[in-house]
Amino acid sequence: MTATQTRPRTTAGRRPPGNRPPRTFEQANRRLKWAMLAPALGFVGLMIVFPLLFTLNLGFTDAFGAVNADKSWIGLQNFQDALADSRRFWPAAQRTVVFTVGAVLIETVLGLALAMLMRKAFRGMRWVRTILIIPLLTTPVAIGILWLLILDPTNGIANHLLESVGLPPQEFLGSVSQSLPTLMLIDVWQWTPMMTLLLLAGLSTLPEEPEEAAKVDGADAWQRFRHVVLPMLWPTLMTALVLRSVDALKTFDILYATKGPGGGSDFEAETLNVYAYGLTFDYQEYGLASAVLVLFTLFIIGVVVLLRRRAGKKEA
Amino acid sequence: MSTSSQPVSRRSFGKLAAVAAAAVAGGSALSSCATRSGTASPGAPLRVMAINHVWSHAISGRVAELEERIGRRVSITMLTADQLASSYNVKLNASGTDVDVMMVRALQEQLLFAHNGWLTDLTDRARGDTAYDWADFQDAPRERSVTDGRVLSIPVVTERPALYYRKDLVEEFGGPPGTLEDLLEMSLELADRRRGFFGYVGRGQRSGAVSQWSSFLYSFGGDFTVDGRSAIATPQAIAAYELYGGLLERTGPPGATNMSLEQAMPIFAQGKAAFYVDADAIYTNFLDPKISTVQDTVGFAPFPAGPAGSRPHNIPSWSLAVNEFSLLRDDAWEFIRWASSPEMVASLQAEGIPGARSSAWSDRATLTSFPADLAEAMRINAENGLGHDRPEVLQVGRARDIVGRPLVAGILGKSVPGIARDANAEFDDFLVRDNRHREPR
Repeated sequence: MTATQTRPRTTAGRRPPGNRPPRTFEQANRRLKWAMLAPALGFVGLMIVFPLLFTLNLGFTDAFGAVNADKSWIGLQNFQDALADSRRFWPAAQRTVVFTVGAVLIETVLGLALAMLMRKAFRGMRWVRTILIIPLLTTPVAIGILWLLILDPTNGIANHLLESVGLPPQEFLGSVSQSLPTLMLIDVWQWTPMMTLLLLAGLSTLPEEPEEAAKVDGADAWQRFRHVVLPMLWPTLMTALVLRSVDALKTFDILYATKGPGGGSDFEAETLNVYAYGLTFDYQEYGLASAVLVLFTLFIIGVVVLLRRRAGKKEA
Repeated sequence: MSTSSQPVSRRSFGKLAAVAAAAVAGGSALSSCATRSGTASPGAPLRVMAINHVWSHAISGRVAELEERIGRRVSITMLTADQLASSYNVKLNASGTDVDVMMVRALQEQLLFAHNGWLTDLTDRARGDTAYDWADFQDAPRERSVTDGRVLSIPVVTERPALYYRKDLVEEFGGPPGTLEDLLEMSLELADRRRGFFGYVGRGQRSGAVSQWSSFLYSFGGDFTVDGRSAIATPQAIAAYELYGGLLERTGPPGATNMSLEQAMPIFAQGKAAFYVDADAIYTNFLDPKISTVQDTVGFAPFPAGPAGSRPHNIPSWSLAVNEFSLLRDDAWEFIRWASSPEMVASLQAEGIPGARSSAWSDRATLTSFPADLAEAMRINAENGLGHDRPEVLQVGRARDIVGRPLVAGILGKSVPGIARDANAEFDDFLVRDNRHREPR
């Protein structure tokens, strides 16, 4: 801990000439710290802060057609327009929440179950782990096209399988009502392995003694899981949940690859991300798109803060 | 070694914020002021961005002769239509000089690109060159290349809808349907959806289906706009919506609202549908035994007539333009002049790529590569055709989304008139805003 020094200053707030403090190791170290940080700060400033501020700035203008075209400052008009849009914005926000909550919930439950199953070594475990990470390694667009072919209502293999066991064929991604649930299941297929691996890593760090003590006390498997393992795993679980939730909120590639612009013919899979992309690249409404993206970013930050607070409470 | 952590003071934060704001403002100002400057190095290639299309492949195979003439390498990048549009958005928003010749969809992008100042004025080069013969281009494609009196693109590939049908199935009806009513009746009769056979297949996606639906609309006597106002809730438009929706809803495959060309075409190619209306340029897919089971039974017919006759679209599906920020505009024009010359268009058309020059169409030798009935259907459709297949506005994407809404309702079996009236009001509002965007600031 460093004590704060009070230095003599003039009324203008500047040091009087000739009254420079001595150069100490600590002071030099403090300056060196900034020099070492400069490349990283420069990168963050250029690649994150500047685009964010640029987008924020665009959100207050009527930018249309080209980003560098003449534009006027219109204050909060874009934000008001977005928030008053019950045809596209709010349904897209609702779908974003439904998709994220639904997919992440299933992924967490399945991921936890698989992690518990794989906790103890068994024959062929390396094979199982390798197979498990295959969906993670595949690019989302390829996954989208793959599932589009599998689930094609006319020529896809999924309906052939359903018919072969006497079940009626489904429209899957071709249906307005089935599209979002189908996309959630595709997301579950791709991302459950990540949850499994994260939770498996968390489980491997847990001490065995508390569980063994509970066993000696007569606790059954469910009780040991519910009252011993889960509380100890909670920090890992919440971290995995935050990471996956933020990622799921931002899902774009699979949605666009399978449903195209606007999330399908009835906007049935249009999330905020897809909506903002459409505003930018299909409609060239850069001002409105920026406002939607700012609102979306605030929403994501809100979700993260909420989840962190919840995690903090539970840990406390 | 000690560490210290000092919170950022209000003053430091203020300074940081001021610097960031200045950077944003500066960035905005710089991007607004960005202009073309400098010259290209002698070794720089002429960069062409093109759609992944048979035309691009054919040109790519011939480009050596042009390279020799202009003394510069030609680099052709081929992308899908969506990728191409996104690339232009990114590159030209940054006033990029790394693209010289742009392959554009005149009806989709030209008005917007012209509004943004992204296209070079080619008027003097096209009209002032007697050997090039600008007047030789067909009326509809030529008119669509001109915006505010300036030639901004040159059409290289044209497109009309063709009625693809199964010859073996229509024999009992005495031939393919001549009217849209006949098309619906025959589709209903031939469909056996329980056994996976469909009467009609076609595009059903909200935005993607609009261009094919336009021929139905015109043939019912309607149009997207009349006197600058929305006309998508007129009785003619509603009848067109209902007929197209009914064809897919009552006789089409499941999941039709998720179908674009990529999903619809294989269904007909696999022999699972009796009729299919789509661009005549894709006919080779049905003659290729590797992907088609109907190469011996597919027939081609002109677009069926509606109450207003047969009024298909006849449009420049792909055109060439020069990037306003290009440093090689003379060479870029040389490329376009060569690729759209009367000789080149005739040569490409003889290989099955329909061009936009009247001289090529009047030369029977250029049509020998097409099946005889397709060539005849193309000729008739070109004669009857209208020069647009989507609303002629700045924001074509948004307009298509609005116009396509009643179309989707029809395919889903919902009542069309109410949704068409709602879409009509939305389209009217949109047209007002679109016109406002067109006004100079």
